[in-house]
Order: sequence, then structure tokens, then C-alpha cells
Amino acid sequence: MRWAVVRFPGSLDDDDALYALCDVLGQDASLLWHKDEGLGDAQCIVLPGGFSYGDYLRCGAIARFSPIMKSIAKFAADGGLVLGICNGFQILCEAHLLPGALTRNRSLTFVCDTVTVRVENCHTPFTRSIRHGDLLRLPIKHGEGCYVAPEQELRQMEERGQVLLRYVDNDGRQSDQANPNGSMRAIAGIANERFNVFGLMPHPEHAVEAMLGGDDGLKIFHSIVASGG
Amino acid sequence: MTPVSLAGEPVVDAALARAHGLTDDEYASIEKWLGRTPTFTELGVFSVMWSEHCSYKSSRKHLKMLPMGGPRVVGGPGENAGALDVGDGWVAVFKIESHNHPSFVEPYQGAATGVGGILRDIFTMGARPIATMDSLKFGALEHPRSRYLVSGVVGGIGGYGNCVGVPTVAGEVMFDPAYNSNILVNAFCLGLARKEQLQSARARGVGNPVLYVGSATGRDGIHGASLLASAEFDETSASKRPTVQVGDPFTEKLLIEACLEAMQTGAIVAIQDMGAAGLTSSSSEMAGRGNVGIELVLDKIPLREAELTPYEILLSESQERMLLVAENGRENELLAIFEKWDLNAIVIGRIIREERWRALWKGQPVADIPVRALTDAAPIYDRPASAPKPDSTARPTKAEGSLRLKGDGAGKGSPSRPAPNAALRALLASPNVCSRRWIFRQYDWIVRSNTVVGPGSDAAVLRIKGTHRGLALKVDSNPRACALDPYIGTITTVCEAMRNVACAGARPAGITNCLNYGNPERPEIMWQFVKGIEGLRDAALAFDVPVISGNVSFYNETAGRAIPPTPTIAVVGILEDIAKHLKSYFAVPDDLILMIRTAPPLLEASEYAAVFGEESDERETKDTGHDCRVPQGAIDAIRGAEVVLHPLFLERRLVEGLVDGAERGLIRSAHDASEGGAAVALAEACFNPHQPLGADIAGLESDRQLFGEGASTVIISAAAGHLEELRRVFEPLEVTVLGRVTENPRLRIAPEVDEEVNELMQIYEDALPRRLGSK
Repeated sequence: MRWAVVRFPGSLDDDDALYALCDVLGQDASLLWHKDEGLGDAQCIVLPGGFSYGDYLRCGAIARFSPIMKSIAKFAADGGLVLGICNGFQILCEAHLLPGALTRNRSLTFVCDTVTVRVENCHTPFTRSIRHGDLLRLPIKHGEGCYVAPEQELRQMEERGQVLLRYVDNDGRQSDQANPNGSMRAIAGIANERFNVFGLMPHPEHAVEAMLGGDDGLKIFHSIVASGG
Repeated sequence: MTPVSLAGEPVVDAALARAHGLTDDEYASIEKWLGRTPTFTELGVFSVMWSEHCSYKSSRKHLKMLPMGGPRVVGGPGENAGALDVGDGWVAVFKIESHNHPSFVEPYQGAATGVGGILRDIFTMGARPIATMDSLKFGALEHPRSRYLVSGVVGGIGGYGNCVGVPTVAGEVMFDPAYNSNILVNAFCLGLARKEQLQSARARGVGNPVLYVGSATGRDGIHGASLLASAEFDETSASKRPTVQVGDPFTEKLLIEACLEAMQTGAIVAIQDMGAAGLTSSSSEMAGRGNVGIELVLDKIPLREAELTPYEILLSESQERMLLVAENGRENELLAIFEKWDLNAIVIGRIIREERWRALWKGQPVADIPVRALTDAAPIYDRPASAPKPDSTARPTKAEGSLRLKGDGAGKGSPSRPAPNAALRALLASPNVCSRRWIFRQYDWIVRSNTVVGPGSDAAVLRIKGTHRGLALKVDSNPRACALDPYIGTITTVCEAMRNVACAGARPAGITNCLNYGNPERPEIMWQFVKGIEGLRDAALAFDVPVISGNVSFYNETAGRAIPPTPTIAVVGILEDIAKHLKSYFAVPDDLILMIRTAPPLLEASEYAAVFGEESDERETKDTGHDCRVPQGAIDAIRGAEVVLHPLFLERRLVEGLVDGAERGLIRSAHDASEGGAAVALAEACFNPHQPLGADIAGLESDRQLFGEGASTVIISAAAGHLEELRRVFEPLEVTVLGRVTENPRLRIAPEVDEEVNELMQIYEDALPRRLGSK
């Protein structure tokens, strides 16, 4: 499968996403520069983690105006797969490719930790190789990962199955303590209505090798590969 | 060319020189070098280049004692950081630097720019920064300013490091009233480069253009090096806040990527970051190393405010700026790369044959100085050093085992030796022992996908992608031991850092150091410093590990009260096979638990003594602008105690035994016992993050055996079948069988300790968040 990872100024996990895709998963992945407009023949676009443009304003608020974002919006409208990780998720929300917004963590501090998330919908291109209710151990590292959306929007998202990942404890139960950032309904990752755009705060690209602490992130990448053919 | 004075500039004389931190002798020497009175701009330039911070004038003579060479050492001294060949064509570049005074005055920006500065020292060598560590010393947690300083410093390190994409993988933190008025923030960075890609900071090639890259120049940080870093604190220190720089990690990230890309072209002759003393030091030092001159056209420099004077431009310490010398005719190649990254990049001067450092402004020279006068000719002092007179207030040296406990003294009630289980619980909750998770949870320690072992272990372990190799790294200090004996204390510190790296299974390969002391103009401080250097030298020689870089921070004192001598030592070790690295916690039930010790432990100068030792009298202490009562520090309370120098060949045997045992697959886990002694180390080794385990221990019966420190002690676990071979590996050190790992998570140390490991973990984890009031 052909992948492209977008490099914004201030992207930090771009090399890690490339490493996971090329070196660990053996995929065909290349970098796209934020000033480019063409997306080549990529079948899945990854918006990586980081602090695009320093994120001195709202996270992702400037990156959404990068020249490449216009092409990505069109790519998504045409049904192409888009995966936004951490800052990538923030950018997708700012660009209105995903509903809601990500605000400062409840603790008001940056949090780096490993969390457990429960897969809530396995009938999507991003989760099809995972079983409903499976638990994944994935790292998080962010200062603004508290997911918020209007109550009505949340209800509709739940009905449509757009909530793909939720923070839970090790036994798979939702709890205040297991929610690392105060996200509404413990939301860790969501898809758009068409299920071709997926944003999540945890970092699957940092969970692809047992030696570095776990490889549950592979399940997400394997799902995408199975979807993209 | 005779430089001109500008309208409105003050008249230069000896009094103005004194206000710049220069002595009358130094000022006379400047006039002699120039053969005339310096211009105001030149005076400013001399004052920063001849400051302690830039010139190392008090320390240079002594630093020459350190063993800097070795088969793995790459490149000569005088570059921005040392480099070590770590195999498979890779070179590790690492260094540690202080940012103490700025962090005390403005904790967030001070710590943030400390990280930024050390990152630039590393990538300017052509190495990609892959890890940072920090050594932090704060005052007592109860001190009214401590929480502000802790959250500011931790926030600043995270705010910068997280945003620049370099993981913070390890560190150390200590709280003691001795640092109430002068905290320490030492930042370490490690980078990796291909051997053939190492860059030089030696200017050459007459006519080669000089490029300025990065942030515009502003007024921040003017006289940071001379007035803030090279003088002690007093009640006016708050007014020095404007001398602290402000960091912009986003621009730093762009600089890293753009510079590493530009270096690939081969068009860069020399490169150096504008750190302390900014444009002045980077330009004069690069010229000095290459025996050439340099001419700068100040009008071309991008400014944040149009009205900056030449004096301010040359002395600004605005962050995220680089100076580089390009191959003549290839500057456009480089400018295109910087433009792609949206960075300022301008040709601001050229290399000249005449060995002069010249600055032009509006077509006229404002400074014209022999390069050598700024670099090599900076004064070198052989300051008097003498041991302090015996302190009449110090308690007499106590015999071993006679530690006086709280309430032990006459009229203070009955002796109250704490029960061992209560002592263990109290020590696990002590700020100097408990989990640092509250701190490192605020740092990204996984970015770049190399972190095999992150913070909270004896040493961090990183893999080198594309090889089977790995690196282990740790930073340590031991101000308690150094306060008792600055020579032995430094050796103890080096041994501990070596041991920590070896506990990860790595062979120590290089040392870097940050030497934090008080005012070197006082003979007893200079004596502490010289003893520290001697200790570092002797320890490095004993381990046969070179000192590849370092930094000296003097004037760490406030109102005449110096910090305890605090040499901070970082060690980097090499793992030939990353798969053989060791974790610090037990992993397999029924494994044997073994202890290897180089000497009997002592309770004095231990954390046990600090927590349970005789209560020191409360006393009035006057801080900078903060009148408050603070308890006399743990470091003060141990005055008169004894530290012992153990034979260094045994320390080396212990380290080599750990590495050999790991390489041969004989050891399952290894953990160094530090604050809190063997009992705390055993508890920590039970804290397996995946599945807490227990331990059944016998043979540690006295408080001294349980909680004593001062002797190098390592707790390892191993399959029973490896015991005899391990005894041979550690010869002539004795391997003591303490007990076994148990599946049942209880820590039993016969006869008196029997605790739920989960409860101990809770105590250990909750202590810091509870005390910092943010749980």
C-alpha cells in the first residue's frame, strides 16, 4: 500500500511514522512537504504528531491553512483514507474534517504515559482487523488532548458509531482515573461520518515494536493495509 | 582601522569597566592589547569574552588535569562538544551545561533556554540530538518558593524539549535547604552523527562568507554571561530578570532540521551556535580556532527593534541563532535550504587574513580587536585554594553506628528508633527517594522511537537504529558526600554514574561533567573545586573512561552562602547487543536475589540520617527578598560525619562484573542501591510495572545493613543455576545470596519487614504529587 506522511514545520513524529510504516511494516511510504499541493498516488495520508508551527496559537490552527490541507480536504471528500495522530487529530478538527475540538488537558500539564483504549467500532477501515471491545495499550503524549463537542453532536456520533476508541482502565471499564485528559465520554479517537478520516490522540506509530514497550499499534496499521489493498 | 565611538555612548574608563565586571588589572590589560582606550562597544565585547562564564579564567588551569583522550575519542578539544566513536560508523556527541542563575531568576524560561542551548551545542557538531537528561537541585519542598521553582523548571524543560522533538529520557532531582537560594539546573544532550559528518567550528578560507541564521536579534540576555552567570546572587537579583533569554522551541526545531540538511551539502566550513555572549563569542571563537580574522557588518543583522545599538547587537543572547562560515560561492545553496524552512539567513560578513575581530556599523568600524585578545589572551587565574579551617560548630566525627536519632538528645524525650517497616515506608515517601513520575510524566520521552528504557530506571537505554547496538546514559551527583569531602564525594559520584550505566548492562565509555560551585575568589571554594577536579581525574583514570566534555558553573551562592560543592557527572555507556540490556526490576519468580557490595555501608550522610537524624535547630535564614524560617538542611546536618574512599579497583570490578554478567546472559535484573540503601532498592526492584513481584530476604538485619549508604551496593536477580558463574564474574567481590523473588507481591525482609508491595508502590508514587499539591 502507498502511504504519505505530511511534514509541517514543527512536526515531530513524522520520522517515527515513516519508520513504523517502512522499516517495521514494510509499506511504501514517503514524505510530503506542507508547501506541496500534490499528494502523488498515496492511498492513505498520515498527519503526524508534533507542534505544527509551534502551536503557539490553538493546536493545529495554523497548519490547517497550509497549502497541502486543501488537497487533503479534497482527497478526503473523494473517499481517500486520512489518519491524524495527536497533532494530526488536532489539525483535522481545526480543518473541520472531523467534528469537535481538542482543548487543554484537565491537569493543565503535558502528559506522557501509556494508556489503555477500548475499540468501540470494528467496522471501519481503521479497525477492521480488531475485534469489538478489544483493548489496546498505546502511548499518549500531549498537552491538549481533552476532546470536546456539543452534547447533540456527541449523541449523533455515538449513534453512528463514530467513536472508535475510548480511554478505559486495564479491565476495560471507563473511569475518571483512566481518562488521562478529561475528554468528554472518554473519547480517544473518532472517525468522520464516512469513516474514511480517523483522528486519535494515542500514538499507534510508537507502539509497533515489543522492545520499545508494545506493538498494539500494529493492529490499526494492519487494518488500514487490509482496507487499502 | 581605529574604531569610532557613537553619539550618546558613555565615556569609557576604569569605573565603567568595573561596572562591566572587569577588574582594574583586566581593564589595564585591555588598554595594553589595543594600545588605546576601548570604545564602549569594545568594552562590552571584552567584558563578556573575559567573563568567568566564557573564559573559564578560574578553572582553565585545573581542567587540563582531566584525561580527555582515548581510543574512542574523536576530534580534538576546543570544539563545542566532545565526541565518542560508538561503533558501526556512529559517533555519539554529548555535553552537559548549567543554567542555574537564569532558572532561579525566571524558572520557566531559564530551564527552557538551558535545554535549547545544549541542543544547539550538539547539532552544531553535525549530530542529530536524540536524548536529553536533566540534573535538578531544589531547596526544601517546604520552602515557599520551591513549588514555584519546581513547576516552572519542569514546565520549561517539558515546554521546550517536548516541542522540539527530542526525548527527555532520564535525570535526577534532589531537594535540600542548601539550595533554597540557588537552585541548580544542569541540562545534558546526546546526539548521534555518522563519523564522516562531524562538523567543525574552525573558520578558514579568506573571503569565505559568514552567514547569520535563525531568530532576529533582540535585547534579551544582554550581559547574561557576565553579570548573571559570573557573579553571586544578592537581594537585587530579581532585577536581573531582563538578562534571562526567552526560548522559541519551534524555531529551534526548524534550525535543527535546516542545519542538518545544510550540512549534507558539504558547503559549510564551520558552524557554531550563538550561545553565551552571542554573536561576539561565536564569531571570535571560530576565527580564533582557525587563525584567521573576521569582519562583521552589523547593519545586516535582522533585528527585533530597529534602535538596537552595535553594543546591544554584539552582546545580545537572543536564542535560536547560528553563525556559519560557507565555502565561497556556495552560499546560495545554503540560503535556499534555510529559506525552505522559513528561517532568516543572511550573509553578514567574511573571513579576513588579518587576525582581527572587526565590526562595522554604518560604514565605520565600531570595534577592531586582535582575535587572540578575545580568546586565548583572556586572563587565566591561579586563584588561591585552601582547605577551610576546622569548623567549630561542626559536630565531632562520630563513630560508626552512633548516629543520633531524633529525640535522642538530652531533654528531648526518649530515643525513638523507628521500626524497620516504618522506616522503609517513610524513606519511600521521602522527596529524595520517591518516584519522579510526577516530573517525567510531563516530558515526552518516546519521540524518535529509540527509547528502550525510559525515565525511572537506573539508566536510560536507547537503541541505535539500523544496528544491534545501544547506548545507556545517566546523570548523577552526590552533594552530601561532596560537602563532607569534595575529593571523595566526586569519586563517589563518578562511581555511582558508572554503576547506573552498568546496571543497564552497558560498558561505560565517556564522561561529561558540570561542576557547580560557589565563588572561586574565596580560597575554600577554589579548594573544593580543585579537589573535585582531582577526584574526577582519579576516578576517570581508575575506570579508564575519558572525560570528553564539560562545563563549569561558579558563583552559585547568595548573600555569602555557597551551595555545597556539586559536581554533576553524566556517563554514557555502550551496549554491543541491545537485546542484552538489563532492567532494574525483578522479572521471574524464584530467581535468586543477590547483593554485591564493595564495603560495609554507613548510616551517616544517608537519607536515613536526613529523615531520622537528630533534628537540627531551626534558624533564621535570609534569602533574596524572602525572609523565612527554614530548617537547617540535611546537608548541613551531616557536617562532621565520615565518608570513606573505597579502593577504586573494586569499584571497577563491580562495574565490569555487571557488564560481563549481562553480556553473558547471567543476570536478569540489576539495580543500584542509592538513597535509602538496600531496603529501598529491594522495594524498588519489586515494582515491576507489568506485574508487581515480591521478595523473601534474610541476612539484612541491622538498620545499617538495611538503610546504610556510602558503599557501592548492587541488587541483582538471576536464575539459580547461574550463581556459581556469577561468583567467578565478580571475583574478588563477594556475591551474597539475599533470598528469592516471589510471585506473591510481598516484601519480606526477616525479621521485621513484611509489607504489601502494592502498598509500598502507592506510597512511593503518591509522595511527590501529594507534596506538590497537585494530586
